[in-house]
Amino acid sequence: MVELKQEPQKLTVFLGGELDHHHVKEIRETVDFAVREQLPPLLILDFSRVTFMDSSGIGFIMGRSRLMEEYGGVLEIHNPSAHIRKVLRISGIDRLAVIRSNQKTHKGGVAANAYTQ
Amino acid sequence: MRTLNELKCTFPARSENESFARTMVCAFAAQLNPTVEDLADLRTAVSEAVTNCIVHGYRNREGVVGITVRLLPDAVIYVRITDRGCGIEDIPKAMEPLYSSAPAEERAGLGFTVMQSFTDRLSVRSKPGKGTTVTMRKKMCHATDETTD
Repeated sequence: MVELKQEPQKLTVFLGGELDHHHVKEIRETVDFAVREQLPPLLILDFSRVTFMDSSGIGFIMGRSRLMEEYGGVLEIHNPSAHIRKVLRISGIDRLAVIRSNQKTHKGGVAANAYTQ
Repeated sequence: MRTLNELKCTFPARSENESFARTMVCAFAAQLNPTVEDLADLRTAVSEAVTNCIVHGYRNREGVVGITVRLLPDAVIYVRITDRGCGIEDIPKAMEPLYSSAPAEERAGLGFTVMQSFTDRLSVRSKPGKGTTVTMRKKMCHATDETTD
């Protein structure tokens, strides 16, 4: 469900499956443990494998945002689907955290990193 | 309004049933062959309402959640989600964006905001000590123009 990738200056969390109230509970523990251990300057939450998210996912992002603020770290949200973007827009979190997407071309290639506001 | 089709179901208020509940409502709505976007909106709105029953209505204690889904004319899906939990003292306050009665649980306080945004009509009836009923209606667009692989 969660895969962590630790690098010297950043921690990437590949979230997967359905980010609802039920699943967020265990994901939160795993992520917070890794963040407290490493204190990475940059935390990336990668949503490319997330198939569903409701406002429990927003609560999760807000909580991690506060955690990063505690020690001056930065949070980025990567590769949310169209549906997840819609939920993010309602929450206004797209104004608080940088959201990035690898925009795939139709042939399956990957275009340059595109910033979206 | 005339009901064309209907599904009723009750299940224990446990968080592992949240996924089942929203999937069931979407499976019922699939008979309209709706767009992927409309179905995702409905799925999310139902997930919010069911989560509210479990987290707020029953405060993570035992209880039963009831769902009625109806197909109404003009491709409208009607969903009623009921709990017999603690009820809401102040509905307008509960519906304010970012307000949560359970901030310690890291709730965003956006459940009703999402339900409002993702459906066409939302009504909330509640009696403290008796429970809460949330009713939503959403017109589903037909996915004729979409190509499926």
